[in-house]
Amino acid sequence: MSSMFPDWIQPCGDTSLLVILGEGISVSINRRVHALAKGLRERQIAGLGECVPGYATLRVDYDPLVTSLDDLIRSIQSVLESSYDENLLPAREVVLPVHYGGEDGPDLPFVAQHTGLSEDEVIRRHTAGVYPVLMMGFLPGFPYLGGMDESLATPRLETPRQRVPAGSVGIAGKQTGVYPLESPGGWRIIGRTHLTLFDASKEPPFLLQPGDVVRFVAVEG
Amino acid sequence: MAFWVEQAGWFSSIQDLGRTGYEHLGLPAGGVMDPFACRVANRLVGNEDSAAVLEFSGAGPLLWADAPALLALCGGGFTLYVDGMEMPLWTAVRVRGGQRVECRPSPAGFWGVLAISGGWDVPPVLGSRSTFLKAGVGGFQGRLLHSGDWLFSVREGWVPEERAGAMLPASLRPEYSLEALIRVVLGPQRAWFGEDGERQFLSATFQVGVQSDRLGYRLTGASVTRRSGEILSEGMPRGAVQVPPDGNPIVMMADHPTTGGYPKIAGVICADWGRVAQLRPGEGRVRFEAVTVDQAHQIYRELMARLNAIEQENLSFWMRG
Repeated sequence: MSSMFPDWIQPCGDTSLLVILGEGISVSINRRVHALAKGLRERQIAGLGECVPGYATLRVDYDPLVTSLDDLIRSIQSVLESSYDENLLPAREVVLPVHYGGEDGPDLPFVAQHTGLSEDEVIRRHTAGVYPVLMMGFLPGFPYLGGMDESLATPRLETPRQRVPAGSVGIAGKQTGVYPLESPGGWRIIGRTHLTLFDASKEPPFLLQPGDVVRFVAVEG
Repeated sequence: MAFWVEQAGWFSSIQDLGRTGYEHLGLPAGGVMDPFACRVANRLVGNEDSAAVLEFSGAGPLLWADAPALLALCGGGFTLYVDGMEMPLWTAVRVRGGQRVECRPSPAGFWGVLAISGGWDVPPVLGSRSTFLKAGVGGFQGRLLHSGDWLFSVREGWVPEERAGAMLPASLRPEYSLEALIRVVLGPQRAWFGEDGERQFLSATFQVGVQSDRLGYRLTGASVTRRSGEILSEGMPRGAVQVPPDGNPIVMMADHPTTGGYPKIAGVICADWGRVAQLRPGEGRVRFEAVTVDQAHQIYRELMARLNAIEQENLSFWMRG
């Protein structure tokens, strides 16, 4: 017997499904992604593995020796049809104190020049935003944030830096984000937070999780 | 049951079957490159499948035993020598204190795993003993093994004598060679490639590029036609075959990023994750064959059933004592 896939569920190898809930970056679609992840985890389905949100999709891993694919697809459909309510998800707010400019934000002058704003105005607009954590990836603890003021959009560096310090706050195109670890990177770095986004030896090890809301507050270095 | 590391080898790290439950936070599961080899090695020496093993490639470790233990070398790329004597692979081998344990390179395959009775002892971090080098998490102090390190077993002094000599029958061992036919499930972004792209992908012989590592294997020598642009970043599982704009596919391996923004033409079936890993970067060649998800699950069930053969084949041997 062959498993049947609706067109909005696609196999991704033989241990993972991609559930497609929409297209484009939209906070409302993204909230449905998080609600589906939560709903599936709460059902404690045997053999259910990682549920990894994307902007508009959910990656659902499973153990094929334990989970029947048809049952899993039915569970996904059932969560989507049932009482799951995107508004039930708590939007936890996390405030990140950031020292903007100077050695901590070497690209602040470039961003100001590119956007035609003063450095103070870049900081004011960046701290005025409310940023949902739409998904996480790239590095452990790295948040893909939505909601940046589009007047701050600045292209990436043409040549990425070899080392971007942990905690660096950057802009890449219309996105803003925070480096959880020292890493190579091409984002325009405008500041740095002293908070630790990922430390495996701490409890909890991750400062943020998908579905949170982040705000930035300017502090003196 | 301590072991002293005289030579660490080139890329030796402690790994297990991986760290689950953190991929939505950006932390990959990681774990051994060849999960089947890890499971077999552990079963041979009396461990759970998920016990920690020592994994290496390129040049193997040279260890000195300080006390008796059972060891099993599985996977590819290496041959086991104890005091200069060649020992059988895929077999539980008893070593005594004072003996020299050496994993020497051999031509077939690329990743060796060495299991010890009890499992290698490093502190579990977030539920796993796997080393994730990029973030310095887990394993032996978050890093590769160095010469001068000491390794211990979780069960100091435990030697399940009755298992010495236990082996995986030769007919059930994976065959590692320079070229492999790897099975995939097509999708999820089939529309990005169309019939032409899929035909190219399924008919080409790719080379495994030298820039391949624990994160991904980069395929060269042929390319796949695709639409231009990027998809929105989304979750990406192990085995996914991403195709960047240059058309050269990348197969996601153990330490792959948990999300990605290139379209995926296919996913390697989990029974073949280790077979891809064992292709030598710079030398290995790979072709792909499409199977259905149901066929893939059947293949995986048959592979896991081979593990049970270890118990059956060796039962009479153990009962004789």
